[in-house]
Amino acid sequence: MKKKILSLILVGLMVVSLLAACGNNGGTQQPSGNTPGNSSAPSTSDEKVTIEYWQYFYESKVNLMDELIADFQQKNPNITVVQKHFPYDSYQQKVAAAISAGTGPDIINLYYGWVPKYVKSGTLQELPASSFSAEMIEKTFAPMVEVNKIDGKYYTIPTAVRTLGLFWNKDIFAANGLDPEKPPKTLEELVEYAKLLTKYDANGNLEIEGLTFQPSGQLHAWFRPVLLKQFGQEPISADKRTVQWNASEGGYKAFEFLVNLAKVDKVGEKDFYTDDATAFISGKAALHIDGSYRLGSLKSQAPDLNYGVTVLPSYNGVETSFGSFWTNGITTNATGAKYDAAVKFLEYLTSVETMKTWTEKIGEIGAKNEIANDPELLKDEKLAPFIEQLPIADSYFYVDEDADRKALMDAIDKVLLNDVDPRQALDEAVKSVQSILDDYWKN
Amino acid sequence: MKPKLSIKGRQSMWAYIFITLPILFFICIRILPTLYAFNVSLHKWDLLSKNKPFVFLDNFKELFQDEVFWAALKNTGKYILFAVPIGLILSLGIALLLNSITKGASFYRMVVFIPYVTSVVAVSWVWRWMFMKQGGLINNILNFVGIAKQPFLDSTSQAIYVVISNVIWQALGFYTIIFLAGIKQIPQTYYEAAKIDGASSWQRFKNVTIPMLNPTIVYLTVMASIQTLQVFTQVFNITSGGQGIAGGPLNSTISVVLYIYQLAFVNYKMGYASAATVILFLIILCISLFQMKVLDKKYDY
Repeated sequence: MKKKILSLILVGLMVVSLLAACGNNGGTQQPSGNTPGNSSAPSTSDEKVTIEYWQYFYESKVNLMDELIADFQQKNPNITVVQKHFPYDSYQQKVAAAISAGTGPDIINLYYGWVPKYVKSGTLQELPASSFSAEMIEKTFAPMVEVNKIDGKYYTIPTAVRTLGLFWNKDIFAANGLDPEKPPKTLEELVEYAKLLTKYDANGNLEIEGLTFQPSGQLHAWFRPVLLKQFGQEPISADKRTVQWNASEGGYKAFEFLVNLAKVDKVGEKDFYTDDATAFISGKAALHIDGSYRLGSLKSQAPDLNYGVTVLPSYNGVETSFGSFWTNGITTNATGAKYDAAVKFLEYLTSVETMKTWTEKIGEIGAKNEIANDPELLKDEKLAPFIEQLPIADSYFYVDEDADRKALMDAIDKVLLNDVDPRQALDEAVKSVQSILDDYWKN
Repeated sequence: MKPKLSIKGRQSMWAYIFITLPILFFICIRILPTLYAFNVSLHKWDLLSKNKPFVFLDNFKELFQDEVFWAALKNTGKYILFAVPIGLILSLGIALLLNSITKGASFYRMVVFIPYVTSVVAVSWVWRWMFMKQGGLINNILNFVGIAKQPFLDSTSQAIYVVISNVIWQALGFYTIIFLAGIKQIPQTYYEAAKIDGASSWQRFKNVTIPMLNPTIVYLTVMASIQTLQVFTQVFNITSGGQGIAGGPLNSTISVVLYIYQLAFVNYKMGYASAATVILFLIILCISLFQMKVLDKKYDY
């Protein structure tokens, strides 16, 4: 009998300890969120405030942010900024989960293509007119930033942006009798050079790509807005409600030009050497369109690659590029003193000094127009073409970046794999993207 | 004075006490979330959005007009139709062969079982590289024997069979071992009796082995179908395009579970994804019930 009582007590204890363990877990998490200055009382000059900044893990960005925070805290001793970062793959999930649970950051770093989604969900606060009025943003920042103007309001502001440039392999140029210092300047030249530089072996296997062709890479960004604009078609209506890829003959022409690179000219192949960037880094591609962020991986993975970078080829006299950026917004978590601190930190992040440091250390270009004329930065001949394109680069409005890209990738696959008429494939892609847009604007 | 329990009563009381914890655990992490998913499926449940309106069956209506969902259903059907029968027939064959060898039996058993314990992700990537259009092993072999290069993963018609071959290869070891165990259970006396009656080896296989293996076959068919219905890892790793978009060219390999994953964790449409989950749940339920009814025939021995 005693034994039974003992074991009963034991079982009871186990249950209790299990519950206690759960309780403890919750308990230990409390203090970290309950940092001093968490009150929403109106801010006074000597009150201490802690704000949280979230971004995805990109080593150089995280390290630089630590330095920037230290500098900022020195200038603003009452504000403590806590940086949290997550791996890129799980970043969006972490953010979404935290926000839906009502926790999460005060300032958040988002890809510009995600911003409409977050604005619609009511997660972001409109930027304060005192520091970031629409006029001020449009006057001082690169024009691509306007892509995130939603219903006439700005919710986020970037420190730095990226533009697309044309990378070329000088050795492959020289081996084919081309001047290694003269990259193609126009689309016509691009195709001509690419055809000349493409090499197939006796069995018809691609050996050297003339121009990379990776729909999942930057190819889709080159198509919209760059190629579409060059063929005389704006990708999306001014009110951001109508997809216009196929609104004119120019749109169809642009798409046909794109797919014909792989279908007719056969200068590149999807997934050749895994993907476009790998092919170029391995010296298996002569021409490659990519962003300035690729300079870093080229430096570390292929220090001996003899390559140059130039602006995107023009067509019909239209010079443009695709701009994309990671941008910062203040979430609805930040209220009272925290909000004021968040605004201050955002001002610091978008100051010209921060932008210059950012450009030098990260390889992304400071988002203000005056960076484009900075003689110091233009000295770097690999970075210069990206910076030069700042005033002419345009972004593209996504409401669902993945779905938008998938629609275009599918259209290209339809033409290349299933021999569908390019016009029909483009029409179908537009239909599916339009339905995403309609869904977004519905309510 | 408390009424004393009988020995049986006391024993079962202890059984209940000990089973309480696992049951509680099971209810908390399995049953309740399942029921909650049914609830979520009736809402427009955007992960980011704070308001999650009740929309009743709208998600289901939308789902039935969703081309990708239909493609996923069709593909999943294909996975089952090919992977389950081929896998079972192959493994039954291997089990019979393994049963007939005496020397080094355990070595062969180990060899057959190894694929099952290797990491699905690693093997999927090996498959991906083997079937690469450019420089893949299979294409090199084809080239060597003079057959034209095949696009494989880059083709809307071939990609799914590459994935199916991986699914079969991976599961083969498990099926084989179960079959082998089933075969070993069959008493030799039946075979001896059949032999004396003059039954040929085919007749012995058809009339003794198969009926005696029936419970094993039912078990494996149900298990294999459910596993294949939930195929995800292979599809995700073998046919992912750039930056997380998986499912083969033009959704030619996308499975229902993969689509659910994308809806929920790429697009954050939790309600819509839950609705798809409910449909998958119903399909699995129907298939399992059907298989148990049809395949579980009673034999008189």
